[in-house]
Amino acid sequence: MFQTIRTIRLALKSLMLHKLRSGLTMLGIVFGVFSVIAMLAIGEGASAQAQKQVLELGATNIIVTSVKPPQGAKKDDASTRVLSYGLLRSDYDLLTSNIPTITKGIPIREIAQEFRYLDNTIHGRLAGCTTDYLEVNHLEMTRGRFLTESDQKYMMNVAVIASEIAESLFQYNDPVGKSIQFNGDYYKIIGVTRRRTASAAIGGSLSGQDYNKDVYIPLKTFQVRIGDLIFQRQTGSFSAEEVELNQITLQVRNKDDVIPTADVIRETLGQTHGDKQDYAVVVPLELLKQADQLRLIFNVVLGSIAAISLIVGGIGIMNIMLATVTERTREIGIRRALGARQRDIIVQFLIETIVLSGTGGVIGVLMGLMTPYTFIGIKLFVDKFILNKSKGVSEVGRIFTEMEPQVAYWSLPLAFGISVGIGILFGIYPARSAAKMDPIEALRHE
Amino acid sequence: MKLAADLKNIQKHYDLGAVIVKALRGVTVEFPEGDFVAIMGASGSGKSTLLNLLGGLDRPTYGEYILGGHDVSQLTDDELSRIRNQMIGFIFQSYNLIPQYTVIENIEVPLHYRPGYPAISSKDRNRCIDLATKVGLADRLDHRPYQLSGGQQQRVAIARAMVNDPEIILADEPTGNLDSATEEEIMQLLEGLNNEGRTIIMVTHENLVARRTKRQIYMKDGLIAGEGIFPG
Ligand SMILES: Nc1ncnc2c1ncn2[C@@H]1O[C@H](COP(=O)(O)OP(=O)(O)O)[C@@H](O)[C@H]1O
Ligand SMILES: [Mg+2]
Repeated sequence: MFQTIRTIRLALKSLMLHKLRSGLTMLGIVFGVFSVIAMLAIGEGASAQAQKQVLELGATNIIVTSVKPPQGAKKDDASTRVLSYGLLRSDYDLLTSNIPTITKGIPIREIAQEFRYLDNTIHGRLAGCTTDYLEVNHLEMTRGRFLTESDQKYMMNVAVIASEIAESLFQYNDPVGKSIQFNGDYYKIIGVTRRRTASAAIGGSLSGQDYNKDVYIPLKTFQVRIGDLIFQRQTGSFSAEEVELNQITLQVRNKDDVIPTADVIRETLGQTHGDKQDYAVVVPLELLKQADQLRLIFNVVLGSIAAISLIVGGIGIMNIMLATVTERTREIGIRRALGARQRDIIVQFLIETIVLSGTGGVIGVLMGLMTPYTFIGIKLFVDKFILNKSKGVSEVGRIFTEMEPQVAYWSLPLAFGISVGIGILFGIYPARSAAKMDPIEALRHE
Repeated sequence: MKLAADLKNIQKHYDLGAVIVKALRGVTVEFPEGDFVAIMGASGSGKSTLLNLLGGLDRPTYGEYILGGHDVSQLTDDELSRIRNQMIGFIFQSYNLIPQYTVIENIEVPLHYRPGYPAISSKDRNRCIDLATKVGLADRLDHRPYQLSGGQQQRVAIARAMVNDPEIILADEPTGNLDSATEEEIMQLLEGLNNEGRTIIMVTHENLVARRTKRQIYMKDGLIAGEGIFPG
């Protein structure tokens, strides 16, 4: 023990002989270790983000959405200029009544809409939905109440508005009890939802959702007052879309039922929709599994890139140690003459290398721990100088701003261990070549 | 009389492929305990080769070398290291101190390689300080070699050679790089050590230096050509 401490102290002494050189050599390991930790942190952060998003959608949920079919599909209907597609109310009935593992279904109809109160207007999303929408989307009320069964049943002209709508139309006044105007009708406001972080887009089939510019009304009211047909004015001509439901969120009894139920849903809809390709089935649980797989690939790829930089650092160390051994040939000869065995010489140089790479490792780990904070800096920089540049540049910049690196704590001992391992691996050859020298020749060395 | 070192018909050949250099061609010599010997001879006559064999830095090609009861020609590399550490003290022409170490650390180096690797105790530390004092460097313990004169460096080397209390001190032209005043200091130190009963074998070119030893061996072409100052 004392022996080791003493050897380490003497090793430090030798390394301090060339401070700059030792420092530069260490730098290779520092950045190697740092990049291992940082890369894994990025991978870990990305997967945590993906997991959070997926879990927000609900692990026991299956989401079926309407998808506008590829343009060519409706060519012959072009004369009518009415594009009719998507999920039907009959689909909803079929799915919820015929599949026993489905416990709950929330049909949703949504359009972009302008809302008005007195002289104030704001654009947002109008969603026709049912009572369960609140719970399934993790929404909370700040004032009033959400839509009820009886609102639904009696097709009430009531609306629940989201925080941003409330702020911009009513400023500091309490909106509850007032009436909001859209699509030519007045709707009595019965509640306000709390601000909620937007959900990000997942895969290609589910777009991100900003819940803060929403107005919710009973689905039946939507159907009766607004209808399925939506006209759009497009440069001189009209076009119309006919959609019954935009989305059906289905809740399944338990996790094990999710995948088989999704298969049944795909089969059922396949029969009623034929080859229209006007819907998509999104299974968060499947996405979760994909995200896990993605993380694995991410970690392996990023980890290998970082490992390469560690190896480069190791080669740098070996290079310097070989130079050191040559430079200190005389010293080796002296030590051998004074009684050092070959093993003692090996241990000496190996410890020097390990001290070098280990110190680099410690610094790298400390820097690695700072990764999330480093990223705050990177994001600020990107925000300030890159995002407002040309499109290509800002796309790349956005990749950075969306990263939320999370240091994987298991990567710290791993990276440090690797750095020490690199020291041993790349130190053994120079150390052995030092020990193998003929003492007499070494003493004669200039 | 007990022998410190006993060489019988020692040969040392260097196989250079095309030729075989016979650096020693049959050296037989005895060194009694407490001897003080100067090895002299022309450059290339085999003095250093002989000294290196005596010190266990190399093994003879042929012949028998008994050092403290062991036949050195049969020992392994590790055993030779142990012999060098415990029984031999080396002093070199070019001092050979470790540049990054202080005086006291240089004196300690042989202690690092003692059998069983005992930690350096405060008693060891005091012994090193005593040795440094003895060679007149008590006030230079924390100096580094480059801060010392040649004579001072050689005195550190002498203290280092003494630290493991060796039977034999081997010195290869220890005053070769020094002026005559410093040479005198070093010779006095060596004489002192010899008076304590230590065997000293020294290679030298200088008659004045050789004259102060008890015995002179003259070498020529890898053989001992005679004893006494300038035979013939
Ligand atoms: N490692 C070696 N390889 C080949 N020849 C050597 C080696 N060491 C010494 N010699 C040769 O052995 C002879 C004796 O050398 P050395 O003992 O150094 O002489 P001295 O010290 O008396 O000047 C010389 O001819 C020298 O060239
Ligand atoms: Mg010589």
